[in-house]
Amino acid sequence: MKRWYMLTVVGADRLGIVARLSETLYHGGCNLGEASMARLGGNFSIMLMAQTDTDIEALRLQLAPLARELNLHVHLDRIEAQLHEHVEPNLRITVSGADRAGIVAEVTGALARAGFNILDLYSDVAGTAAKPIYVMIIDGFAPQGAETLEAALAPLRKTGVDLRLTPLDTLIG
Amino acid sequence: MAILEVLRYPDARLRQVSSAVVEFGENLRRFAADLEATMRASPGCVGLAAPQVNYFQRIALVDVSSKPKIKHNGRMLLINPVILEQHGAAVGREGCLSVPDFTGNVLRAERIVVRSHDLDGTAREYRCEGYEARAVLHELDHLDGLLFLDRVESPRQDLFRRKTYK
Repeated sequence: MKRWYMLTVVGADRLGIVARLSETLYHGGCNLGEASMARLGGNFSIMLMAQTDTDIEALRLQLAPLARELNLHVHLDRIEAQLHEHVEPNLRITVSGADRAGIVAEVTGALARAGFNILDLYSDVAGTAAKPIYVMIIDGFAPQGAETLEAALAPLRKTGVDLRLTPLDTLIG
Repeated sequence: MAILEVLRYPDARLRQVSSAVVEFGENLRRFAADLEATMRASPGCVGLAAPQVNYFQRIALVDVSSKPKIKHNGRMLLINPVILEQHGAAVGREGCLSVPDFTGNVLRAERIVVRSHDLDGTAREYRCEGYEARAVLHELDHLDGLLFLDRVESPRQDLFRRKTYK
């Protein structure tokens, strides 16, 4: 029976990791689902859904030689998963300001308390080493729309963080 | 009126370039009614182009009037549409009846002027902006065999674009 696994792979970035990893999975009988790769601080990371009738230990063994050769950390989880379970975001929140510890915790804490579900998050530290700026873009679903979130986020504006809320309305044509 | 079957990617027919409407008669009227019935049958759908329903003539329907707080021209039946002017650019999220369960960011003009014909063959001009302009441009792409998939950006692309302007 085909089962879904969540495969998380982390390591120093180098050319060809995705190709070698996907070849290994393909030749090992896996079908890939959704995947997201990010290069963070020069490190390679990817999460991907793989479907196979191989059990978790056999899959681990299939990946072991590649992990050794490319010095990758591989983490495998058996997951309950379905494709076509996408949720469309209805709000984008853009956050920026002078970098300091705590921005993410404060913003996402306020969002969670207001019932906002984060569907996608991307953040970066820009500016210069002497004056770093923090930028974060969050897409998610606000069940009650943007208005209730405005109130929840208002206190954060006083701390020098710029917050911009942009409604997202996916056009279907 | 009939609800027509919507072609779904990767159906090669979606890549066909549609030809200009030359006869403004009863057949066109009937097809336009079917196109509208098909669009209305899909909740949230704001536009549909003839090639999406296997009819390769330059006809598109756009109606964004159900969306709150936006400028619009109401229901626009665009026959042989031509873009006369395009201004500005904005990224927005799009999906398509012909590409189910996938959405992505697409860069489109913010304001356009489009000239088209109505069912009687009378020329008309529409000024559209924002969401409505996006809908018109999305549908006009179908007439040239293009899908939003051909224009979709990385979800992170808009951030990178700002970076390059620093």
